[in-house]
Amino acid sequence: MKPKIAAQSGTFESSDVIVLIEPLPDNSGRKIEVSSTVMQQFGSSFNQIVVDMLDQFEMTDIHLIAKDKGALEPTIKARLETAIKRSLDLQEGTLK
Amino acid sequence: MNKIFRNRRTMLYIPGNNPAMIQQGGVYGADSILLDLEDAVALNQKDAARILVRNMIKVTDFYDAEVCVRVNHLSTPFGLADLEEIVPLQPSAIRYPKTESPEEVADLLTIIEKIEDRHGLPHNKMTLHAMIETAMGVQNVFNIASKFARVDAITIGGQDLTADMNIIYTSDGAGIDFARKRIVMAAKASHIDVIDTVFPDVNDEEGLRRETEYARKIGFTGKAVINPRQIDVIHEVFTPTEEEIRKAYRIVKEFRINSAAGIGVFAIDGKMIDAPIVARAEYLLRLANVTVV
Repeated sequence: MKPKIAAQSGTFESSDVIVLIEPLPDNSGRKIEVSSTVMQQFGSSFNQIVVDMLDQFEMTDIHLIAKDKGALEPTIKARLETAIKRSLDLQEGTLK
Repeated sequence: MNKIFRNRRTMLYIPGNNPAMIQQGGVYGADSILLDLEDAVALNQKDAARILVRNMIKVTDFYDAEVCVRVNHLSTPFGLADLEEIVPLQPSAIRYPKTESPEEVADLLTIIEKIEDRHGLPHNKMTLHAMIETAMGVQNVFNIASKFARVDAITIGGQDLTADMNIIYTSDGAGIDFARKRIVMAAKASHIDVIDTVFPDVNDEEGLRRETEYARKIGFTGKAVINPRQIDVIHEVFTPTEEEIRKAYRIVKEFRINSAAGIGVFAIDGKMIDAPIVARAEYLLRLANVTVV
């Protein structure tokens, strides 16, 4: 699936991560930029979580930026899922 | 329903879209944790909070605390989506805001049970806490509290209730005193727990203690908490003192000895002890987690 719109989730607060998504032109693949306050310790697992989540939603032609402030795995997954769903315009049960 | 006795002295509100507060929620020692999808979450973040709470409930250790989730009312665009996400997780309880009638509870339970059926879940595990926050809710509270086996606690929402009554919330609680007592009586008549509203000024410890002592005096089981700093004070008020425990222990022990001898009414230190006094002593020992040997 391709993002339909630019979307964002999360915050810059401690223990959270902010995720930004924007659509890329067709056949661009994925462009992922991850930064974290704990990049040295957990950078590789963070990257893997992002890739797994994008795989789960079969996302392509996507530019994803994630700036982490020490979020735990369930938080990272939640913010990624929220941003992906928002980018697909699948925001059920919320105001936009 | 399998009724489980729980201490519900404190119920700590945690905003459902705040990961730091959720992941630390269990360490403060509150008897209950309330993950809030309703008033604590901005209208354009409902989806984010719902997904975050779902993920965090699955993996977070809240220690011995009861975990409840306050969903949005079904009349909002968010309520049904909340139930679809949260019911399959089977937290200890769902807290339903602005409950006004037994018909509303029946409709809510029908939706919850349909979701449970779809996921192969039982109907007797997760309970329901009905929040009474409107004048209509206060008027109907006994029927809300007494008609459903899954409703095992009711609570009063002071801020919303005063708003609904077009009065100002004052620190003496004058405007909601009738509602408090009516809600307590409905809970007692239904043999369920009843939890008092929050004390909004986190810097006023003495005011919190006064209000909590009053809540205990008129029959509340516990009190909602908006800041972990308030937990210790409320626990102190709702936890029986050593003197109370010793007295209750003596009453229950003497009662058992006298009962075995076929004596129903007896005296301790010149004061008559009969069934209501024994029942109160037994309840106090349960609160203190003390077993008579």
